[in-house]
Amino acid sequence: MNTQTEKWIVVGHLNDIARRGSRCIKGPRFNIALFRTADDQIYAIEDKCPHKQGPLSQGIVHDGAVTCPLHNWVINLRTGQVVGEDEGQVRTLPVKLENGLILLNMGISLVRAA
Amino acid sequence: MMRKKLVIIGNGMAPGRVLETLLEKQPDAYDITVFNAESRVNYNRIMLSPVLSGEKAFADIIIHDEAWYESHGIQLHRGAPVTQIDRERKSVTAQSGVVTLYDHLIIATGSNPVVIPLPGHDLPGVLTYRDLDDVDAMLAAARTKKNAVVIGGGLLGLEAAAGLQAQGMNVTVLHLMPTLMERQLDPAAGYLLEKSMMERGITVITKANTHAITGDGRVEAVELDDGTEIAADIVVMAVGIRPNIKLAQECGLAVNRGIIVDDQMFTSDPDISAVGECVEHREQCYGLVAPLYEMAKVIGNRLALEPDADYQGSVTSTKLKVTGIDLFSAGDFGEAPDRDEIVYRDATRGIYKRLILKDNRIIGAVLYGDTQDGAWFFQLQKDRTDISEIRDTMIFGPAYVGGEPLNPTGAVAALPLDAEICGCNGICKSTIVNAITGKGLTSVDDVRSHTKASASCGSCTGLVEQLLALTLGDAFQADAVQPLCACTDLGHDDVRRLIIAKELKTIPQVMQDLEWKTSCGCAKCRPALNYYLIATWPGIYKDDSQSRFINERVHANIQKDGTYSVVPRMWGGMTTPDELRAIADVADKFRIPTVKVTGGQRIDLLGVKKDDLPSVWADLNAAGMVSGHAYAKGLRTVKTCVGTDWCRFGTQDSTGLGIKIEKMMWGAWTPHKVKMAVSGCPRNCAEATCKDFGVICVDSGYELHFAGAAGMHIKGTEVLCTVASEDEALEYCGATVQLYREQGRYLERIYKWADRVGVDTVRDQIVNDPARRNLLFRRFLYSQQFAQVDPWAERVAGKDWREFTPMANFSMLEAAQ
Ligand code: SRM
Ligand SMILES: Cc1cc2nc3c(=O)[nH]c(=O)nc-3n(C[C@H](O)[C@H](O)[C@H](O)COP(=O)(O)OP(=O)(O)OC[C@H]3O[C@@H](n4cnc5c(N)ncnc54)[C@H](O)[C@@H]3O)c2cc1C
Ligand code: SF4
Ligand code: FES
Repeated sequence: MNTQTEKWIVVGHLNDIARRGSRCIKGPRFNIALFRTADDQIYAIEDKCPHKQGPLSQGIVHDGAVTCPLHNWVINLRTGQVVGEDEGQVRTLPVKLENGLILLNMGISLVRAA
Repeated sequence: MMRKKLVIIGNGMAPGRVLETLLEKQPDAYDITVFNAESRVNYNRIMLSPVLSGEKAFADIIIHDEAWYESHGIQLHRGAPVTQIDRERKSVTAQSGVVTLYDHLIIATGSNPVVIPLPGHDLPGVLTYRDLDDVDAMLAAARTKKNAVVIGGGLLGLEAAAGLQAQGMNVTVLHLMPTLMERQLDPAAGYLLEKSMMERGITVITKANTHAITGDGRVEAVELDDGTEIAADIVVMAVGIRPNIKLAQECGLAVNRGIIVDDQMFTSDPDISAVGECVEHREQCYGLVAPLYEMAKVIGNRLALEPDADYQGSVTSTKLKVTGIDLFSAGDFGEAPDRDEIVYRDATRGIYKRLILKDNRIIGAVLYGDTQDGAWFFQLQKDRTDISEIRDTMIFGPAYVGGEPLNPTGAVAALPLDAEICGCNGICKSTIVNAITGKGLTSVDDVRSHTKASASCGSCTGLVEQLLALTLGDAFQADAVQPLCACTDLGHDDVRRLIIAKELKTIPQVMQDLEWKTSCGCAKCRPALNYYLIATWPGIYKDDSQSRFINERVHANIQKDGTYSVVPRMWGGMTTPDELRAIADVADKFRIPTVKVTGGQRIDLLGVKKDDLPSVWADLNAAGMVSGHAYAKGLRTVKTCVGTDWCRFGTQDSTGLGIKIEKMMWGAWTPHKVKMAVSGCPRNCAEATCKDFGVICVDSGYELHFAGAAGMHIKGTEVLCTVASEDEALEYCGATVQLYREQGRYLERIYKWADRVGVDTVRDQIVNDPARRNLLFRRFLYSQQFAQVDPWAERVAGKDWREFTPMANFSMLEAAQ
C-alpha cells in the first residue's frame, strides 16, 4: 500500500539542524520533529508527546533519544517508544539522508494520518 | 588459439590488484591493454601524504614499475585518457585516436575530487588532492610561498595540512562541521584530534562556512561567512570525492552515484566489469582501499576462471597517516538506546577509546592516542564475536583480558605539585601532601586543622580525600562523594576545582581530562558543566546551547501547549505608559491570548507562538525593553516597594536601590535562579525576607539579608550585616552572588548552598574579610561585561534563527489521495 504513495521530498540539509538539535516541520495533519544526533543520524517523529502532547522538537537530545520539555518523558527516536517506566509510543516517519540532504517520505506521512 | 582481449581503463590501485590476482593464476590467458590518464606507472595513492610531508620519495611508493608491465606482456598506454566506449563494436577510443577492441572491458576510473563552486574556485593556486601532480604543485608552492588554507577537515584535508606544515607553511584548516573527521570520529576523539593539530601549529577553524576565495589574478585570501579573512597563497580543497562515471554514463551503462555492479562486479553489460571507487555496489560507494582490494580479487579470480565467492560489501576502518597522531575508527559509532558503550580515557597520556556494543557484539570502535588494539577490535567486530566473557577488560586490549580495573583517582594524581587545591585559602597540592607524610595525617579533619585546606567553603573536600587516598593508599577510608551523575565518579565540587586547576575550557576537554565514562555526557551533567565553564572562564568559554534546557536555549518559557511566554524586564517593578502601550500593541499585533501580572512585579505575555518570538522581541526592544530572564538560572527580578518617594514610612529610596541592583545583576548566570527584593522599611512590603538576597532599608542604612526562599520550602532569610551606603549594599550583594556562583553546585539555590557551607563561612568571607569581598565583587563585575548582552536583541539580529523557523512548511498541502 505504502509503496504506491512513496513520495520523497527534500526538506532541508543536514546542516540546517544543530548536532543534538531538532527542527520542526509543519505538516497538513500534524507537525513533524526532525532530530540530528551527535553522530549525524537523522530521525523523524510526530512532534507530539504521548503524555500530554508536549512538543518533542523542543527537548534535549541525548543517546538517540529525546527528553520531552514538559515533564521529562524520554522517547526513543528510532522506535518512537517511550523509554523507562512510562508507556506510550510516538509515530515515527521514514526519513533518509542523501548527500547531506534530508528526505522525508511525505506520501506515507500524509496518508497514514491519525 | 587467439587469446581473449582484456582492456582496462584506469590504472589505479584497484586494477593493479585485479591484474596481480589474475596473473598469479593465469599468466597467459589474456592479451592485456591498460589505458591511464596519468602519465605514470601504478603507484600507491594512499602514500602520497608521506611524499608530501617529505617522509618518502615517489620512487618508494611505486607498486608496479615499467619492467613489471613488460615482463607480463601488458601494453600500458600512459597519459592516454580513454574518451569513448563503443559497446556495439566492443572497442575503446583513446584521446590520441588509438582504437582498441576488447572481449572484456574493466572500468576503473576511480573518482574525482569535489570542487565547491565558490566564487574564486578557478583562480590559479586553488588545488585539489588526488594525484602526484597535486603533490608536486603543493611542494612547489611550499618552496616559495608562506600561507596555505585547506578547506575540509576530513582524512585528506588533514593529511594535506600536516604535509604542508611539515614543508614549512602556515596552515589553516577550515571545517564546516563542529568537529574534525566527523564521519569517522565521535566528538570526543574529534576534539583530541583538533588539539593535536593545534599543538603542532596548524590552525583549525570548525563550523567555518567558506564564503569566497579572493585574489587578483591568483589566490590571495579566503573569506568566511562571518567576515573573517585568511591570507592564502594556496588553497587546497579536500571536501570529498565523486565517482568518475562519465565514460560509463555516456555509453549507456546503468549508473547511479557510481557505476552499478552486481556481486561479481559485472555492470549492466556482461562484457564490462567495473572496480574501485567508481562503482556502486548494493547502494554503497567506497573511498578506501580495503574494499577495492576485495572487489579486485573477485574480478581477478573470475577472469582466471576460478570464480570466487561473491563480493558482499565491506566493513571499513580508517587511520590517519600523520606522523605522531594515532587514530583508528571502524564501523558504526552512533548512539542509540539499544546500544552500549565502553569508554576508557587516560587524560595524562591523551588516550580515548570507545567501543560500541550491540547484543554483546562490537559494532564500532573509535580509538585515539593508542591504536595498537585497533586491529584486534576490528577483527572481533568483523567476526561478530560474542564478547560477554571479556567485556570487563577488553578495552585494555588482548593482553589484559582478565586484568585489573582502573584507578579512579588518576586525574588528581596527575595534577602538578603546585596546583591549587583549596581556592579559599590558597593551599596547593604539595603543601597538603607534605603535611600528610610529614605530620602523619590520616583524615580530612587532620588536613583541615594543619593546612586550612577545605576549612572554608569545603568544596575541595573531595580532592583532599583523594590526595589522602593517593598518599596513604589502602590505609585511608574515604566518605563516599556523591557523583555529579552516572557519567563520572567525581562530585560537583571536585569537577569545579579540577576545571580551575587543570584549566579546562570546553565540555569535551572536561570529559576527556576528567575521564568521563560516557562519550558525550547526559542531560544531567551537560547543563552543569556548561554553567561551571561559563562561571569559571568569563569571556573565554563559548556557551553550548545544545547543553541547555529549552527555556534557556530560546530565552522564553515553554508552556503546556508548546507556546511560549515572554516576560520583559521592568526594572525594580517600575514601568511607564510607553512601555505599557508597547506591551499592549504587541499583544494585539501577535494575538497573544493572555497578559498577566506576575508574582515578580512585571508582566507576562503568555501563549506566544515560537515563530513569532523574534518579532515580538523586536517590537519590545524597539520600546526599550529587554529580556526579563524569567526562564534563566540567573537573576530573575528585584522587587521593590515605593519607599521614600511616596510612602510615609519609607526610610531610604528602596525603588532606586532596587533598580540599581537589577541593572548591576541582570544577565549573570548562576547555579540556580536568583530573586531579590528591596523594602523601604521593616514593614517589608517587597517581601525581602524570603528572597535569595534582600535589603530592608532602616534609618541607619541598609540591612542585608540572604538565603531565603518561598517556593517548595519556605525559609526566612539570614541577616548578613548592616551597611551605611548604597554603594556598600551593591558591593556586598555582588560579592555574595559571586561567592555563590563560585561555590554553589548546579541547581542549588542560595539557601541550600549557605546551609551546606555554613552561613558563618559566608559571613566570614563577605563581611569579615574586606579584601576578599572586594576581589569577589571585582570578579563579578568583570564577568558581567560579557554577560550583559540582551539575548532577545541578539536573536532579533539573527542569532540562532534556525531555532525559530520551521525547517519546512507543508501545512498548506492537501493530503494525497
Ligand atoms: C509567572 C510566575 C507566576 C505568576 O503568574 O505570577 C511564575 C511562573 C513559573 N514559576 Fe514561579 N513564577 C513566578 C513567581 C514565583 C515566586 C514568587 C516570587 O518570585 O516572588 C516563587 C516563590 C519564591 C521563590 O522562588 O523562592 C516561585 C517559585 C517557583 C518554583 C520553586 C522554587 C524553589 O526553589 O522552591 C519553581 C520551580 C523551579 O524553579 O524549579 C517555579 C517555576 C516556575 C515556572 C518557571 C514553571 C516552569 O518551569 O515552567 C513558571 C513559568 C511560567 C512562565 O512561563 O512564565 N517557581 N515562582 C511568576 C514569575 C515571576 C517573574 O516575574 O519572573
Ligand atoms: C592523498 C590520499 C590519501 C589516501 N589515503 C588513504 C588511506 O590512508 N587509506 C585508504 O584506504 N585509502 C586512502 N585513499 C583512497 C585510495 O587512494 C583510493 O580509494 C584508491 O586509490 C582508489 O583506487 P581506484 O583504483 O578506484 O582509483 P584511482 O587510484 O583513483 O585510479 C583511477 C585512475 O584512473 C585514471 N582515469 C580516470 N579516467 C580515465 C580515463 N577516462 N581514461 C584513462 N584513465 C582514467 C585516473 O587518472 C587514475 O589514475 C587516499 C587517497 C588519497 C588521494
Ligand atoms: S505555582 Fe508556578 S509552577 Fe505552579 S502552576 Fe503556578 S505558575 Fe506554574
Ligand atoms: S507532555 Fe511530554 S512528558 Fe508530559
